[in-house]
Amino acid sequence: MRPYRKWALLAPALMVLEVAMDLTQPRLMQTIVDRALPAADMGMTLRLAGIMVLAALLGLVFGVGCGIYANFAGLNFGADLRSALMRRVQSLSFADLDRLETGRLVTRLTNDVEQVQEAAMMVMRILVRAPMTMVGSLIMALITYPRLCWLIVVMSPLFLWTFMYISRRGHDLFLAVQDRLDRVNVVLRENLAGARLVRAYVREDHEEQRFGVANDDLMVRGVAAGRVTATTLPIMVFTLNMGLVAALWLGGWQVYAGEAKLGQLLAFTNYLVQMLFSLMMVGMFVVRLVQADASAERIEQVLSTIPSINDVEDVSTENGVRDRFRRAKTVPDTVFRSVPDTAVSWAAVDFGYRGAQAEPVLRGIDIDVAPGEVLAIVGATGSGKSTLANLVPRFYDVLGGAVCVGGDDVREVSQSELRGRVAIVPQVPSLFSISVADNIRFGRPEASDDEVEAAARLAQAHDFVSAMPEGYATLLEAQGTNLSGGQRQRLAIARAVLCRPEVLVLDDCTSALDAGTEARLLAALAEWDHRCTRLVIAQRLGAIRSADRVAVLEDGVVVGLGPHDQLMESCPTYRDIVWSQTNAPGDADA
Amino acid sequence: MREQRTTPAQRPFGFGPGGPMHGVTFQQAKDRRGTVRRLWPYLRSSARELIIVSGLVVITTLLGVLAPYLLGRAIDHCLRQRHIGDLAHIVGLLAMIHIINPVGMYLQSVLMVTVSQRAVRDLRRHLFERLQRLSVSFFDTHAHGDVMSRLTNDVDTVNNALSQGVVQLVGSLLGLTATLVMIFWLHWRLALVTMTMVPLIYAVTGLLGKMTRVAFRARQKDLGALNGLIEETLTGQRVVKAFRREERILADFDEANERLKKAAIRAGIIGGSMGPCMNLTRNLSYAIMVGAGCWMVGRGLATIGLVAAFLEYSGQFMRPLMQIAQVYGMVQGALAGAERVFATMDEAPEPPDEPDAVPLPAVRGEVTFDNVDFAYEPETLVLREVSFHAHAGQTIGLVGPTGAGKTTIINLLTRFYDVANGAIRIDGHDLRGVRRADLRHALAIVPQDPFLFGDTVRENIRYGRLEATDDEVVEAARVANADAFIRHLPEGYDTVLTESGSGLSRGQRQLVAIARAILADPAILILDEATSSVDTRTEAHIQEAMLRVMEGRTSFLIAHRLSTVRHADVILVLDGGRVVESGSHDDLVSAGGLYARLHHSFVTAGA
Repeated sequence: MRPYRKWALLAPALMVLEVAMDLTQPRLMQTIVDRALPAADMGMTLRLAGIMVLAALLGLVFGVGCGIYANFAGLNFGADLRSALMRRVQSLSFADLDRLETGRLVTRLTNDVEQVQEAAMMVMRILVRAPMTMVGSLIMALITYPRLCWLIVVMSPLFLWTFMYISRRGHDLFLAVQDRLDRVNVVLRENLAGARLVRAYVREDHEEQRFGVANDDLMVRGVAAGRVTATTLPIMVFTLNMGLVAALWLGGWQVYAGEAKLGQLLAFTNYLVQMLFSLMMVGMFVVRLVQADASAERIEQVLSTIPSINDVEDVSTENGVRDRFRRAKTVPDTVFRSVPDTAVSWAAVDFGYRGAQAEPVLRGIDIDVAPGEVLAIVGATGSGKSTLANLVPRFYDVLGGAVCVGGDDVREVSQSELRGRVAIVPQVPSLFSISVADNIRFGRPEASDDEVEAAARLAQAHDFVSAMPEGYATLLEAQGTNLSGGQRQRLAIARAVLCRPEVLVLDDCTSALDAGTEARLLAALAEWDHRCTRLVIAQRLGAIRSADRVAVLEDGVVVGLGPHDQLMESCPTYRDIVWSQTNAPGDADA
Repeated sequence: MREQRTTPAQRPFGFGPGGPMHGVTFQQAKDRRGTVRRLWPYLRSSARELIIVSGLVVITTLLGVLAPYLLGRAIDHCLRQRHIGDLAHIVGLLAMIHIINPVGMYLQSVLMVTVSQRAVRDLRRHLFERLQRLSVSFFDTHAHGDVMSRLTNDVDTVNNALSQGVVQLVGSLLGLTATLVMIFWLHWRLALVTMTMVPLIYAVTGLLGKMTRVAFRARQKDLGALNGLIEETLTGQRVVKAFRREERILADFDEANERLKKAAIRAGIIGGSMGPCMNLTRNLSYAIMVGAGCWMVGRGLATIGLVAAFLEYSGQFMRPLMQIAQVYGMVQGALAGAERVFATMDEAPEPPDEPDAVPLPAVRGEVTFDNVDFAYEPETLVLREVSFHAHAGQTIGLVGPTGAGKTTIINLLTRFYDVANGAIRIDGHDLRGVRRADLRHALAIVPQDPFLFGDTVRENIRYGRLEATDDEVVEAARVANADAFIRHLPEGYDTVLTESGSGLSRGQRQLVAIARAILADPAILILDEATSSVDTRTEAHIQEAMLRVMEGRTSFLIAHRLSTVRHADVILVLDGGRVVESGSHDDLVSAGGLYARLHHSFVTAGA
């Protein structure tokens, strides 16, 4: 908010003027009634009425001006907030992303930012306006008709009490509503997720009953909360109108006795109305502020997440943000290693996803991969294959030991350089809603069309891409939903191949290809003129057998490492896997 | 879900001084009339309350219209004409009105809260009941978040409109009419002065409203583009990082963010002018009334009391005019929400049982697949001419690579889906000719990754047979080898599992699911062996429990390990949707086909 202080201050300043214009109106009216009318001065009446019109128009100018500056300040603030969030997210590591969850992050950047931004604008416009109108009206009422001001003094505590009652009772009740709503959601979510179970056990009626209980409970709480809110307005209206009635009664007698003038009384009641209406406004907006407060908290949570993976001594401060966090986190007793003459090396690697206290996913991994070698990584689901691969481009940091690429500890290389050397094809290919060519070019934007096509040919993608209506210029839908699973995988492979990396990691990325295509792809990779080291996580025998060596993982430990034939002899887990992986779990078609 | 409930698009009011700031972003219902007609039954049960509310609205509105008149009388009659004795009268009447009115308002809102809560409760219940009637394929093909949002967000907008909007709309319209009648009856000249503001209001709301809509539509488009970019980037965030695209993404983002900011400022300024403009009309009408009124008083055409009354009337006249636009937007949003709810209700349910469906007598467990073809999507057959026969009590092993059709066979046997061609028979009855509920009572499934409810372990097991006693639950758990680990949980059988059972390991979840199936005591059992990281002890427990539970039942075992399947009576080897081989382990090994090859490489290498 700070950079826009000038605007943020200008808005309320203009607001003061707008309110002032509003407040002159009853005053002018009073003058007409009390001075012009008794004197039958038509000229004065019309002149004063003209001034009132003028004041109204000036009020418009000030009001619009206030709106302009409030918008400038609020929306610039919102844009900056969004930008800060996005920049922070870009600097987060995979572990941070796991923790914050993609879906939630999207909500932070979209919905929450909007909430806060609107609250900021609201504060500038309404929450400033209401108290100002209140104080202004009070002062004007005092000036206009000091003798009746005690009425305001009597009414105010009643208003305050109503507010406090509503906010306290209401708060608890709304929490209860929220709680029951969550309960309804849980039942529904479980019902959706367990749809098969519910049907298999013919429990539809039981589920309806379960839902009915939660649903009824929600209704009861909703009615209870609604009742409390229903009291607010009537109490306020009641108090206000009783004030007016009292003013009319007392003022009436005073006017009758000649102790006060009629215009005075009318102006006073007008101020009273204005004052109390602004009070009601405040009440309505407090709820919105509470919501925005929750949003602000969630945003803060993201902004205060310190990226857990940072470059060590690179950062030539071209990126101030990253520089700031470099100091914030460095594992104090990290021992860097280097393993020369290897393309990839895991040296005594321990790893667990949620830090040291969680169950270890990898334990004591020691594998050296020579330059140009093809290493297959096999193991049951959950044995740690993908984790092992994800350590190479430093998506996560090891807990113990070290991972080296080209002989250098990955923590000593800048992330940018490292990821230029290592290209990974993830299990689930992520594509973007840009053209096919741009998707392939994702890792090397400057690549020529010929290079793109060559990469696509290598990945066995050229044929189906050329068959698409606009070939390489065809726009993909978000996540590439207009492609089949196998086509998506091949584009993801082309994307990685185009980078011509030192190390190519294929994380079970041929699962949706038919055997023939997979074989052609493997052959093409083997004959590729760019000599690179390949790490292949595979389920199928074909891919496993095309590797120079195979690493067998079981429960995070390497239980076998060597060529296929040798492992078939020496490693029972491997034999079991060879059999079972070729008959892999069949829930994909569920 | 909590976070999604307050997206700007469905926040009912643009409270801000900008007036209908959000009103413009409401989606419109396609068939308003039809939607209203379908909503009506939900209100019919509250007819009594609605009649009372209508009466209250009429009373409070009329009394409200009377109040300024009394004020005018007080000024003219008591003060100007100096009948001060009557002041007590008039003030007393006013006080009464102001006591009755808040009470009426209170009753109105309380009743409407009850009515709307009841209506949306029924709406939610109906939707939920419809969901229970939908086939499994609906849940396979629809995003759960979307369905949830129907039941929460959309129902919420209906609630808001019912509890606040409708009464306000009716009250505003009624108040407007009553005020009009009253002011013309009181003093047609001053009434005409009041009316001078109508064209101005009309022009301002019309013109500014149109500009606001255009500007907000542009803003909405840019917002959508930016949010799309955010969502896509964050979804692919890992790839962005892996391919070092952070800087370029940020550049794209900045551009979209800047574009949105410009559009939003424009929309905000235009929309935000609505408030000051309304304020202007209010002040103008006040000024004109004072000017014109006092001029008339000076000419003897009106009395000062009347002018005072008309000052209040012009306020009463303007407020509904401004409110109607807001409330209208709210009701529109509610109708669009209700339409989406009804659309989900209209999803075709699981086809009902055939009219001549027979109750399935006690099932022995004989299962026949007779030339079964099946396809999830019309053109791609997933199963082709699958035929086999399982005698009661036999164990059938299903093996084959991913996508071979193993799970599909289970989906058909449970009748989650219906066959395209051919027939499936249990004890000689075609599945399509028996009652679904009977069929499913005869079956139990232990899936690979079982679903558990956020409830106690005991209740999760009891789900297999709701009327089972606690002892029976424990017994089932013991047979399933689950008793020991359950007793080690912090609160034993009363331990509440977190949603989807994430408090337990996958193997333990499977044991609970086996216990559940045992409790159901089915004639036919379907087991999908877990392949994932189950520790060796638990794995041994599961295998043992599986063998025990399969005894005396026709069992289908989707096997991922050779050792589990070799004892099956019949092994079906599936490939590409066909049964390529079938027979006992020994038969298949000696037949020398796919199974034998797999087995051979395993055995010879292992020997």
